[in-house]
Formats: sequence, structure tokens, C-alpha cells
Amino acid sequence: MADPSSHVHGYPGRLLVFEGLDGSGKSTQARLLGKWLSSQGYRVFHTEWNSSELVSNIIRRGKKKGLLTPTTFSLLHATDFADRFERQILPPLRAGYLVVCDRYSYTAFVRDSARGCDSAWVRNIYDFAPSPDRTYYFRVPVAVTLRRKLASRLKISYYEAGMDLGLSDDITESYLKFQGRLKREYDRMVTPDAFTVIDAERPVERIQMDLRLDLRPLLEDFPTGETLQHEG
Amino acid sequence: MKDRTYGTPLPGVSEEPLTGRLIVVEGADASGRSTEVEILREWLEIEGHPVVDTGLRRSTLVSEQIDRAKEGHTLGGATLALLYATDFADQLENKILPSLAAGSTVLADRYIYTLMARAVVRGASREWAQRLYGFALRPDLTVFLDARPEILMHRAISKYGSLDYWESGMDLSISSDRFESFLEYQTRLRHEFGWMEEPYGFRLIDANRRPDQVHRDVAEIVRPLFETPPEKKRRTPVPPTSRLRRAGSE
Repeated sequence: MADPSSHVHGYPGRLLVFEGLDGSGKSTQARLLGKWLSSQGYRVFHTEWNSSELVSNIIRRGKKKGLLTPTTFSLLHATDFADRFERQILPPLRAGYLVVCDRYSYTAFVRDSARGCDSAWVRNIYDFAPSPDRTYYFRVPVAVTLRRKLASRLKISYYEAGMDLGLSDDITESYLKFQGRLKREYDRMVTPDAFTVIDAERPVERIQMDLRLDLRPLLEDFPTGETLQHEG
Repeated sequence: MKDRTYGTPLPGVSEEPLTGRLIVVEGADASGRSTEVEILREWLEIEGHPVVDTGLRRSTLVSEQIDRAKEGHTLGGATLALLYATDFADQLENKILPSLAAGSTVLADRYIYTLMARAVVRGASREWAQRLYGFALRPDLTVFLDARPEILMHRAISKYGSLDYWESGMDLSISSDRFESFLEYQTRLRHEFGWMEEPYGFRLIDANRRPDQVHRDVAEIVRPLFETPPEKKRRTPVPPTSRLRRAGSE
């Protein structure tokens, strides 16, 4: 667990990041945590990094014409993240909010590395994004994410399965291989990037309680919305 | 691929031998760059060399998005820099590399250097910009058309009747006066091109002069490139990475 007093980015707000494979349950946890923090009087800003319409359109078109390569794929997502960062993450961070990020730059690190991009090159691109105050990594076996996906009748998407890499013609098999690569990349970052690892196979309520407990020290001196707006 | 680029290999791109030559013409707007590219193209074709030209913001993938974003002036510095990088990467992989592999001469009307200068002037660090473009192919020759900002201003006005919002760097809020902003913005860009000159091996051409004078000098530098038969030519005349690193750590 990271040192609770470490606060590296220097902005008055705090950055709480949720990372993990699709189907690891991180989005559910991020939403529940945001709800609770708001109910405690904190100013909370929730943001998700799913592909924006702009990027999805470009990717769809590029895929059709066979134009996308690991490099352009990586740069497109970096562009999208930079836009979100400059527009959605930085302003509330500077204004003193608790910013809850469902996916952050680590999502790009694992995905681009799995596609063969030079990891130092990718890291440099995201240099403008400060280290979070907390990064919760929802660790779960790939087979479990597949089971959850199938149970909720969600279709596996082309890029989620890494079909562009030609790992297998069978989408399920490709998904297992590609997501396995992503998981290995996440696991590798645990220590160097000070991830707080969450065993995401446990019940949702239990995980949520742990998160709330873990955040207490970080919130101790953190002002609520009331104290930010009114003196005395 | 590592030696062909500025340090970062391009994943998923085949390492075919590149028999064509990559010639880059860099310089500010109104430096006479596009005119020179045109003359150069004509001349090379008459000499019997197949030429493919390329420039910025011409990729099929994202050029439209760049135009739209610039219209609205809505994007932040890092976002715009990365959108340009995407555009460049797409052109490199889908146009420049295949053309070079097919033996064509690629004439680039601006290259990563303009993009780096713009990004740095807008707040990015030089190191970040250099690393970002580490995947770019090293040109066989980079000609930099150097002109004083005052000259650029007079040419821009006689050409367009006014000064362009972006070429004046109005998004930087340097000054609400467009003339003042133009001069300051172009001075800053020139300063950025200045430090790149040595590590990236620019051949500097005095572009304060007339187009025919500029071309005479450019032709003199370009000619030797075509005197070595294509199969014998060395691919990377540009400096070793150690010098690049030294420049980046400034």
C-alpha cells in the first residue's frame, strides 16, 4: 500500500485511479465510492476513459481502410486521453476536487505494450499526466472476466480481443490471449507504479468497505465542499 | 528499424529496404517553402526521378479532425500536439515508407521539426517532443529555409492581405495585436528551429532572398544525393543519437 501522506502532483485536489481489465468490477466500485464520498460532503468529480465518439469514429474508419498500426492506434488514444485530461481531469484537480478516474494512463501503457509499442516511448507521451494519489488495481484472472462478460451477454469487441494482432482466428481464444498479455503488463507495474492491489474476485460489498477504509487517512485533512465555499 | 528512425522502432512495420530518398524542406509560412518544393519537384521529375510529395495535415485518418479542432480553437496544447503526431505517423506509415520502398523520392513540405517547434512554443518540453517523434524516419536531407520574421510578415501580408490566426500564434495570447503576436511567435519558432539545426543536421539556406536565388542553393545541395546510385547510397546521413541526447538535455 502506498504511503498515505505522499502527494506528488502538487494540485489541491486528489487523484484516485481505478485500473484493471474489462470485467474486473472497477467501474462499479468507482461509482459506489464516488457516491459515498459525495455523501460525506466532499467535492467529487467522476470521469471514465472509454473511447470518445471522435476516436471511435476515426478507429472505425481506419479499421475499414486497414490504415491503423500500433503507432497510430497508440497516438490516437493518447490524443483522446490528453483531451480528457486537459478538459476534465486537470480543472477539478486544480479546483480541489477528489477526482475519481475510471482508467488512466496505465490503461494505455498495458494496451500499447501488448501491441508491441516501445514502452519508454509510450511512457514519455503520457508524461503530462501526474502520478495519482491512489491507484487501485482490480486484479482478476482473465477467465473470470470472460465468464462475467458471457453471463451479461456482452459481445467481445474486435480490439478488446486484440484481433488486429492475429493471435488467433477464434475471437474467444484471441481474447484470452490478449487479455492475458494485458494482465501481465498490469502485474508488472504493481511495484514500480505503487498500485494498491485489490483482489477483485471477492464480493462487491467487501471490496467497497476496504476501499473506504483505505481512503480514510488520505481524507483526514481534506476539506469538504462546505469548507471550500464558506469561511468560518 | 532503429537506425532508420530517431531511436524508437516502429512496431508492426516491415523492414523493407528503402531505396528512395527522403528530402525535407522546412521553414516558416511565407519562407518560400512551398514554392521551393514545387520548383524542386519539377526539376527532379525532369531529371527522371519519380517524386511523391507529402506535407502536414494530409492524412486520411485525422486531417479532418484537425481542421475541425482548429476552427473551434477548443483543443489544449498536449491534445493538439498529439493529434498532429497521429497525423504524421499515419502519413509516415501509409505514404512515406511505401513510397520510399518503391524507390520514389519523397519531398516533404515540412516534417516533424515544425511540429516539434510548435509543440515546444506551446509549452511542451523539448525532450518530450524529441522522444514523441523518436519513431520518425531520418531524412536523407533536410533543407531549412531561414527568413527573418519581418520579411515573413511582409510576404504574408502581400500574399494573403492579412496575417493568419494560427501563423500569428494568436492562441498563445502573446498580444491582442496580431502584428506584434506574429513577430513574437515567429521569433520563438525560429529560436526552436535554431537548436535543432545541429542535432538534426539541417542545411541552412538564406531565404530572405528571391526564390530563384534560394533554389540555386538548394539544387546545389540536392544534386549530390542523386549522383550516388540508389543501391549504394547510405541511408542515414543524420547525426548520431549521442548528439541528439545532448541537445535534449539542455
